[in-house]
Amino acid sequence: MALNIEQGATSHSAYDLRSHMSDVVETHTLAILVENEPGVLARVIGLFSGRGYNIESLTVAEVDHGGHRSRITIVTSGTPQVIHQIRMQLERMVPVHEVSDMTVEGPFVSRELALIKVIAKGEHRVEALRIAEIFRCNVVDSTLESFVFELTGPPEKIDAFTDLMRPLGEVRLARTGVAAIARGL
Amino acid sequence: MSEQMTGAKMIVEALKEQGVDTVFGYPGGAVLPIYDELFQQNAIRHILVRHEQGAVHAAEGYARSTGKPGVVLVTSGPGATNAVTGLTDALMDSIPIVCLTGQVPTFMIGSDAFQEADTVGITRPCTKMNWLVKETDALADTIHQAFHIATAGRPGPVLVDIPKDVQFATGTYTTKPKAKVSHYQPKVRGQIETITDLVHAMEKAERPVFYTGGGVINSGDKASVLLRELVEATGFPITSTLMGLGAYPASGDKWLGMLGMHGTYEANLAMHGCDLMINVGARFDDRITGRIADFSPNSRKAHIDIDPSSINKVIHADFPIIGDVAHVLEDMLKVWKARGRKTNGAAVQTWWQQIEAWKAVNCLSYRQDGPTIKPQYALERLEALTKDRKDRFICTEVGQHQMWAAQFMGFEEPNHWMTSGGLGTMGYGFPSSVGVQIAHPDALVINVAGEASWLMNMQEMGTAVQYRLPVKQFILNNERLGMVRQWQELLHGERYSESWSEALPDFVKLAEAFGAKGILCSDPKDLDDAIMEMLNYDGPVIFDCLVEKHENCFPMIPSGKAHNEMLLGEAETQGVIDGAGGVLV
Repeated sequence: MALNIEQGATSHSAYDLRSHMSDVVETHTLAILVENEPGVLARVIGLFSGRGYNIESLTVAEVDHGGHRSRITIVTSGTPQVIHQIRMQLERMVPVHEVSDMTVEGPFVSRELALIKVIAKGEHRVEALRIAEIFRCNVVDSTLESFVFELTGPPEKIDAFTDLMRPLGEVRLARTGVAAIARGL
Repeated sequence: MSEQMTGAKMIVEALKEQGVDTVFGYPGGAVLPIYDELFQQNAIRHILVRHEQGAVHAAEGYARSTGKPGVVLVTSGPGATNAVTGLTDALMDSIPIVCLTGQVPTFMIGSDAFQEADTVGITRPCTKMNWLVKETDALADTIHQAFHIATAGRPGPVLVDIPKDVQFATGTYTTKPKAKVSHYQPKVRGQIETITDLVHAMEKAERPVFYTGGGVINSGDKASVLLRELVEATGFPITSTLMGLGAYPASGDKWLGMLGMHGTYEANLAMHGCDLMINVGARFDDRITGRIADFSPNSRKAHIDIDPSSINKVIHADFPIIGDVAHVLEDMLKVWKARGRKTNGAAVQTWWQQIEAWKAVNCLSYRQDGPTIKPQYALERLEALTKDRKDRFICTEVGQHQMWAAQFMGFEEPNHWMTSGGLGTMGYGFPSSVGVQIAHPDALVINVAGEASWLMNMQEMGTAVQYRLPVKQFILNNERLGMVRQWQELLHGERYSESWSEALPDFVKLAEAFGAKGILCSDPKDLDDAIMEMLNYDGPVIFDCLVEKHENCFPMIPSGKAHNEMLLGEAETQGVIDGAGGVLV
C-alpha cells in the first residue's frame, strides 16, 4: 500500500510523505439520515472520494416521505481513526441529520437483494435449481437455458451462492448493496 | 406580510435584511436582473472587481477584518469557476462568505447553454453548503439560510446558484424571521465536566502552553478578551498559529511568537517540551505538528474546537472540548476562579526560565550588511514605522514574505491580519487588501507581497484606483519564487527549476500606468524615507522593494522532523548556539 519512498528523500520536504496511521483495517456499516434534497447523495459520495475513504456498498432511498428524509446505508472500511473521521465528517455536513455506526452501536441485521442470472444447460441447469432451493432463492424468470434467481440475505450468503453457480454456467449478477437496521427496540 | 416581487428584487431585499452594506462582484449575462436592481437602490454598495477570484478574496478581507460575512455576486459559467479558488481558500480558513452566482434559465440547464457550468457540482467540495434555487418562492428563504450556515458554527463559504428565469419571475418574499429554522445549530457550550477536568490539569501543570488558532478570531472579539484574561491570570506562555495572530498581543509578556514550520524556536520547543498543551481553536495542521509521532511527546492535550471533526483528526485529545472558543473560555475562567485561581507557581516559573533560555537564542536574527536590503530588515523597518497606527491592517500573499511578515510584524488586536493559511493562495493578498480598505476607508492597509504572488491578481489595481483605495502594496522583490527556491536549495540539489521571475514589469511604471504611485527602493539607507513616502501618499502605492535574492526563511522545521529538529539559519552561523546544538537541540 505504501509508496516506495527512499528513506531520507523527504527530509527537507514540505510534506511528510510517510503515513502515520495504523494498519488495522475494520469494516463498518453506517446508517445516515439525510435531508432528501437535490445533490445530497453527491455530497456524501463526494466526501468519501474527496477524502480518500472507501465505499464497499451504498444504498439509499427516501424513508420518510412527509419529512423528506432519506436513509443512506454505507459499508466502509478503514483504520479506527479513519472510521471515526468518516463519522465526524458526515455529522458536520449541513443536510445530515444523524449518523449511526451500526457496527459499534450493537447487534444489527443487514440484508442485500441480488438477482442472479445463470445460463446453463442439461445437468448443470438442474444442479443450479437444486442449489437455489437450498439457498431458498425465488425463481423469477426462466427459459430453457437460463434462470433468474432472487436471493435476499447478508452479503456473504450472496457471495457463497454465486461462487457455487459459477462452475455451472455463465453468471450475471445485479446486487442492491446492503440495507441495515439495529436489532431490538 | 407576504410581499410579491421579482427574484432579483428579493435578492437585494434579503441582502438588506441581512445587514449587508457591501457586495463584491462582476456582472454578466446571467446576473443582469440583479445588477438592474442594484442600480436602483443605494443601501448596498457594489464594488466592481477586475476578476471573480479577486471578488472572493476581497470579500474574505472584508469578512476577516469586520467579523461580518463577505458577500460576492458573480455570473454563471466562468464567473462561477473563477470564484472557485477563493471559495476553497475561505473553506480552508473558515471565512464566512455568501457567494451568489447567476445560472442559465432553469429550462436550459443541462443543455450546454452559453456560459453554463454545473456550479453547484463544481463548488460542492469547496463550500460548506450550496443550493441551486429553482423556485422564486424559495429564493429569499434560501438566502437567509445561506447567511445562517455561513456564520453558524465553524464559519465557511456558501453558494446560492440562481437561474436567470428565477430572477425575472415574481414570487413571495420570505422575511428573515419567517425563514425556515435550520436544523444546523452547532452547539457552542463545551461539556462542563471536561472543562473542569482541564482546569484540574491546569492547576497541576508544570510546563503548560496555550496553542491558539484562527478559531479564537472567528469566535469574535470577546474570545480574544477572555483569552488575554486567562493567559494573564494563569501566567502560562502562549503561542499561536499563522491564522490566530493578534488574538493575544505580540507585545504581551507571555507571547512566544508564532509556532510551526517557520515559527520561533521558543514557541516550537515549548510545544515539544510542554506537559499540558491547551489548543484553543487550532487544528493541528501539518505545518504545525511536523512529524506526528514525535509531536509534543510528553504532554496531555486539550483541544477546544467548534468542529467535532477537527478533534482527534490528527492528534489524540486527552481533553476534547466541542464548543465555541468564547463560551468555553468563559466557563474555564469561571471554574478556575471558583476553585481558587490555582496554578503550580514554582514549576511554571522554572518553565519560564527554560523558555527565556530558548528566547535568548534569538532565532529571528539575521544580518543586514552590505548594500542590499534584507527582506527581514525591510519588514522590521515597516513594523517600526507603522506599529503605532492602531488602525493598521496587514495582508499578505503566500511564500517567504508571508512567513517573514508573521515573524517580524507585531499584531496587537484580532482581525488585523489577513493571510491565506490553509490553502496557501498566491494572489490572495492584493484583493484581500482591497476588501479590508473598503470596510475601513481611513485605515492603513498594507499588503506585504512577493513579486510573483502579487502579479497573480495585479488586475485589481484597477479596482484600487477606481475606488481611490489607498492600499499600500509592499512588494519584497527578490525576482524569485522565494519559497520554492528555498526548497529547491535544501531538497533538490540547488536545481532551481522554473523558480525565478523572468521578464518582470517595471513596477513604478506599472503603478503609473494605472494612475497610482510607484516607489522603487533598493538601498537600505533609503528605506525609511521611502516607506514614509509610501505612508504619506494618499492613494494606492506599489512599493517595489528590491531585496536580497537568495535569503532563506528561518527558523524552519523540515517536514517529517520534530519540533526540536529546527534549522536555525542565521542564528546558527552567528554562533549563537554551540556547534552540537546548532541543528538539534
